[in-house]
Amino acid sequence: MSGQHKGAPVTRKPHVRKAYWNAPTMTWWERAYLFEILRGLFITGGVFLRNMGKWMTGRKGALTTYYPEETRADYAAGNRGKHILTQRPDGRPQCIACNMCATVCPAQVIEIDAAFDAGDPAHPRYPSRFEIDYSRCIFCGLCIEACPEDAIRMVKETPALPSGDRDHMWLNLTELISWNPQSDVAKPYPPRDGPGSAR
Amino acid sequence: MIQDLVVHFVYIGYALGVLLTFGTVLTWVERKQAAVMSDRIGANRAYVRIPFTQIRLVWWGLFHGIADGLKMLLKEDWRPRSYDWYAYAVAPWVVFTPVLLVFAVIPFGGTLDPGNLLQALPAAAAWFDGQTYPMQIARLDAGLLIVFAFGGMSIIGAMLAGWSSSNKFSMLGASRAGSQMISYELVMGLTVLGLILIYGTLDLNVMVQRQSGILLGFLPAWGVFVQPFAAILFMAAAIAENKRIPFDLPEAESELIAGFYTEYSAMKMGLFMFAEFIEIAIVSALFTTLFLGGYNLPYMADAGFTFPGNHVVPMAHGLVVVTQLLVFLGKVLLISSFQILIRWSLPRFRYDQVLVFAWKFMLPLAIANLTVTAVAVWALTP
Repeated sequence: MSGQHKGAPVTRKPHVRKAYWNAPTMTWWERAYLFEILRGLFITGGVFLRNMGKWMTGRKGALTTYYPEETRADYAAGNRGKHILTQRPDGRPQCIACNMCATVCPAQVIEIDAAFDAGDPAHPRYPSRFEIDYSRCIFCGLCIEACPEDAIRMVKETPALPSGDRDHMWLNLTELISWNPQSDVAKPYPPRDGPGSAR
Repeated sequence: MIQDLVVHFVYIGYALGVLLTFGTVLTWVERKQAAVMSDRIGANRAYVRIPFTQIRLVWWGLFHGIADGLKMLLKEDWRPRSYDWYAYAVAPWVVFTPVLLVFAVIPFGGTLDPGNLLQALPAAAAWFDGQTYPMQIARLDAGLLIVFAFGGMSIIGAMLAGWSSSNKFSMLGASRAGSQMISYELVMGLTVLGLILIYGTLDLNVMVQRQSGILLGFLPAWGVFVQPFAAILFMAAAIAENKRIPFDLPEAESELIAGFYTEYSAMKMGLFMFAEFIEIAIVSALFTTLFLGGYNLPYMADAGFTFPGNHVVPMAHGLVVVTQLLVFLGKVLLISSFQILIRWSLPRFRYDQVLVFAWKFMLPLAIANLTVTAVAVWALTP
């Protein structure tokens, strides 16, 4: 911003506010009031009759979803709905109970109890308890970013949240892992051969 | 004498049952119709579980009315430290009772002949001794005047409620209610005067019977065809009288919280709401009686149908009674639904617009309608 002339007289055109609207002009038809009201009633009544016709012929006459019995089919593919835990080929969780996700979680909703499994020397640590409190989860996805083992992911479907009290908004290990990894097209399981794959 | 008492107790029971049912069902209709009109599903969570089973009856949310009633009954009955607790306590009833009383003069069926209906029980039939009763709680020559007299009483209730609550919002709502209801009662009375001129009576039952004729050779002689302008004006004035959108200035919740019943809670507030919903049914019943041929189908009278061209189809008395009762309820429900359609379609007036609309638009129209009717009746009467 060099080269400005200090003290030069500043001349400004007077500011003219832009007119965004015009004064409403109504025809005599509109000013008679009754006809426009009748038109409005025909519109709303038409919508009512159309929707009632749909309901009475067994179709759905509403745009809203009857949640939670009914969920929207058109969730975005990247929607951060609920968490799932990936599995090893033998069905055990891929999680090594390193607590990275629980540490990074801003809402502190992940609770993990680590256990030792001498029978699997490659991955001796495994979670004996892995629970997420959905009453506090903010669905930020930081746990997925933090996981070194790709053990936790998020799918687009929402968890069965509605509940009478907060104690019933926890998902435990069984619920988190009851998921078929083959259905995830983005990351096939088991992983394909190539650089970085274990095989 | 005892027979009269029995018949009238049956009538009163029927009328009370119908009105209270309408008051409950209309809350459901209002919710559900609003939802369907705006592409929603509407209230459908309240259910009744059959005891000892897991069968839940939802019935499209019909039980939400019961849930409302329970909530109103069980809520804390909070009272303001009002300087006139008696007026405060009595106001809901002053609003509620006249609404019920109006129905006393509205005929909900034609003539009842208990002796004819009870032919299977000869003793009972003989007891009634061939006497007939109009299906109407109080057969009064001044029926329409009674309607307006009781209709005017609910203003007192609104004013009492607003005054005794010692709350500025209530007071504003009450003064709005007073001026609005008085203005529109005038319009309502003037629109109905045209009908009185034509039918020459104030007796609502006679009015209905006059409407079962034929007009111009093919139209049923309904009030809506004889006095179309009066029908529209009456409907608008009646909605304003009932303080519903687009005339809900007295309880404009965006400005006055709840207007004259701001300080009421629990069942006292419920009574105001209930009175409003029953008044929808009452307005519909009045409109049906005055303009839509009352309890009769088109071309129908107590004896049966008389179609254009003098085709007469006689009907049995029992069939006539059942048809008339059902037709009356059906018409009332349809008009109530229409009122709810209006309520969910139109935006609210501004306060000055409401009064200008009454005094500068509807009142001149009503007087013009009355003048034309009077001249026409004078010219056409031989």
